[in-house]
Amino acid sequence: MQNLYQFNAGELLSLYRENKITQSDLVSSVKKRINEVDKKTKAFVKVIEEPKKPKTKGKLSGIPIAIKDNICIKGLETTCCSKILKGFIAPYDATVIEKIEQEGAIVIGKTNMDEFAFGSSTENSCFGPTHNPWDLDRVCGGSSGGSAAAVAADETILALGSDTGGSIRQPASFCGVLGLKPTYGRVSRYGLVAFASSLDQIGPFAKNTFDLALLLSVISGYDERDSTSVNKQVPDYTKELRKDVKGLKIGIPKEYFRDSQLDEQAIQPEVKKAIQKAKDVFESLGAQCLEISLPHTKYAVSVYYIVATAEASSNLARFDGVQYGHRAVLKSREGQNIVDMYMRSRQEGFGPEAKRRIILGTFVLSSGYYDAYYLRALKVRTLIKEDFLKAFQMCDFLIAPTSPTTAFRIGEKINDPLRMYLSDIYTISANLAGIPALSLPCGFDEQGLPIGLQILGKPFDEEMILRAAFTFEQETSWHKKRPNL
Amino acid sequence: MFTKKDLEKLATLARIELSPDELNKYSKELASILEYIEKLKELDVTLTEPTTHVMHLANVFRKDEIKPSIDIEEVLKHAPQRKGTFFKVPKIID
Repeated sequence: MQNLYQFNAGELLSLYRENKITQSDLVSSVKKRINEVDKKTKAFVKVIEEPKKPKTKGKLSGIPIAIKDNICIKGLETTCCSKILKGFIAPYDATVIEKIEQEGAIVIGKTNMDEFAFGSSTENSCFGPTHNPWDLDRVCGGSSGGSAAAVAADETILALGSDTGGSIRQPASFCGVLGLKPTYGRVSRYGLVAFASSLDQIGPFAKNTFDLALLLSVISGYDERDSTSVNKQVPDYTKELRKDVKGLKIGIPKEYFRDSQLDEQAIQPEVKKAIQKAKDVFESLGAQCLEISLPHTKYAVSVYYIVATAEASSNLARFDGVQYGHRAVLKSREGQNIVDMYMRSRQEGFGPEAKRRIILGTFVLSSGYYDAYYLRALKVRTLIKEDFLKAFQMCDFLIAPTSPTTAFRIGEKINDPLRMYLSDIYTISANLAGIPALSLPCGFDEQGLPIGLQILGKPFDEEMILRAAFTFEQETSWHKKRPNL
Repeated sequence: MFTKKDLEKLATLARIELSPDELNKYSKELASILEYIEKLKELDVTLTEPTTHVMHLANVFRKDEIKPSIDIEEVLKHAPQRKGTFFKVPKIID
């Protein structure tokens, strides 16, 4: 007999409708699982002892959900896995929390992440790394690594993360689950601790496409408290799921497969093979694949590390030891100068990657370098966005690898920031262009590590990428595989 | 091109105190990151417009209405130091 924690949200909602299970059955099953395996994965930074019972019924009634630790939940500690925010209790709920609770979801805990979402491995957390459920010596990806690992290890049914340069899709790929970054403006970021405001989006993690569509339907929509959110009607994404890609045109970006051009980070042969097999699956179902070009791909990582660090250096200026968070205690002989207090508080509170990015961001915005770096990056960002718009004139969606490799070893890249940045090479462009993209399992490498297929769509065409994922999933069964823990 | 002195200046601008070890480490790392991002200079972007908001939203305003806000005690609960209903900080003017 299967344990309840092994089911997906769609199945559990049916079991509820048939009165076969109760909410406390499900919550205790999930909590039992967390007790058994979280000491191995360390996906959670906080497990709620008595999860709040939902006050209202809705689309997610009684479904447990885990939340990345940069999303505010009233009355709970929100740390962004940074020492500077330890002990900070959020005084309000993020919009996405209000929305899921209104639909009856049960928040069960907060998940681990790279400090302030700075990273691709969840190693930059003040709580220590999360371990990949498929191989505990390997990283779970990042920055939303705890959310991805929690879903993969069946420690939750659903999870929320945030994606600034691949922080939902890359860990989904490394952990063998599904993750989606919505179109910029689709989901309100009110209550998400800001990293890079022109790139950040909140998005869902799930065990299959139906669940992904369900959670996306709930969290999407305009919110006057996030001035970047777009006032556009939200479809019920679960209604658009059908197994049909016949006659659709699929673009394959040639730059994502050329090992020579991306010589800094060559694609792992097994990843390449799995994506080619995925292409065959779509073709066998009547879709037409065509090679397209995204000529400015090789500039994406550079643009990203200018734009994202510039915005981060500005957003993180608020952590200064004045209103909340860590304040350093200066020794009396050092004087009591306010600038010294700022500098010491930030020295003590921020981890190495946060310092690195704040300083890089300060540099690209500083007088004399602004035009050469920041403004130039914003212009190249336009070229990257135009590459996608041109490609979408010829095709309905794109397929690509999510990451050039499968999960790497803990410690392997942590001392080489540039190499770590390059592991985001296929995911960053979607954030720069603002388009929706998801990752779903499409195979395993020889070591038994999951490989992710990335599907990228036109702005606000989440329906199309979900339909493509749903079709692929019906034809294969990669998403059903679970690690042995 | 990226000296320790440059880094010290930047760290002050960014209001982060760095230890001698950190200065050493970051100046090397930042130099290699900057070398990598130099490749943007290959492109001619004189006629290209910069992208800020990808959906071209600009100047989003709301009505200036009074709404309830978070209680002052709730806000000050996290203050490292407070005095009455104020945040207390070290002396700014001598």
